[in-house]
Amino acid sequence: MDITNLTYLFYGYSAAWIIITAFVFLLVSRGRRIDGELARLKSLVADKERR
Amino acid sequence: MREKAIYILAILAALVMIPNLKTVFMGLPDEAMQGAIYRIIFIHVPAAINAQIFFTVSLVTSILFLVKKNFLWDSISVSCIEVGTMLVLVNLVTGSIWGRNQWGIWWAWDLRMTSQLMCFLLYLGYLLVRPAIAEPTQRASISAFVAIFAYADIPLVLMAIRLPNVRTQHPGPVLETGTMAPEFRAPFGLGVLAVFLICTALILIRQHQETAQREIDSLRRELHSI
Repeated sequence: MDITNLTYLFYGYSAAWIIITAFVFLLVSRGRRIDGELARLKSLVADKERR
Repeated sequence: MREKAIYILAILAALVMIPNLKTVFMGLPDEAMQGAIYRIIFIHVPAAINAQIFFTVSLVTSILFLVKKNFLWDSISVSCIEVGTMLVLVNLVTGSIWGRNQWGIWWAWDLRMTSQLMCFLLYLGYLLVRPAIAEPTQRASISAFVAIFAYADIPLVLMAIRLPNVRTQHPGPVLETGTMAPEFRAPFGLGVLAVFLICTALILIRQHQETAQREIDSLRRELHSI
């Protein structure tokens, strides 16, 4: 088995998984930000309505 | 319900992908001309096929939004485009690495690669422009038009290696011409399925976020009006 081929095969799969993992992290961090913002706005609206 | 579907999709994807990766790396022989590097095909092409599936879904849902004005279609469209763009990036990067090994160059400005790069840039443009429009209905309508316009590149990507008299560095369609060895076909198909399952789970997560974002927008408007 050609070792140069294996090196590039490793680069290829690593790059693919890095892109997918980065995308998942982006999705999770955005989800947390949205959940936090939603909870904050809901409590603000509830506070204003009570007054 | 949605959470359950996401978990089921993720488990199914793992069940398909893990044994398939074992087959790809430990079961299949090296290819006669390319050696071990040909195994990139099991991520490079499934990424492209799934991107085209999701872009087609986004085209249909964009048209449905323009006809019915239901925000559900808009949220599906943007989710498919985001995941599809990520897949096109995977396709471009893995293709470039494969090309460097086999052709000795990272990139060639031939029709297939250039049209795929255009596809990436068009949908990236969609994702960058979308948040700049504040009003939700206007944002969804303009996004739908941009998504329909961007899809015009997809037939060009598909036809780039099928057109006569077009010189391309990229090889022809190995599946349709039957040049793929029979023992490679099952792992290839399972690779397409695994990427589809993972990405459908990601689309469901992204679509839920889009719905929550719209709720945030309406709460902000409500706060201003109180």
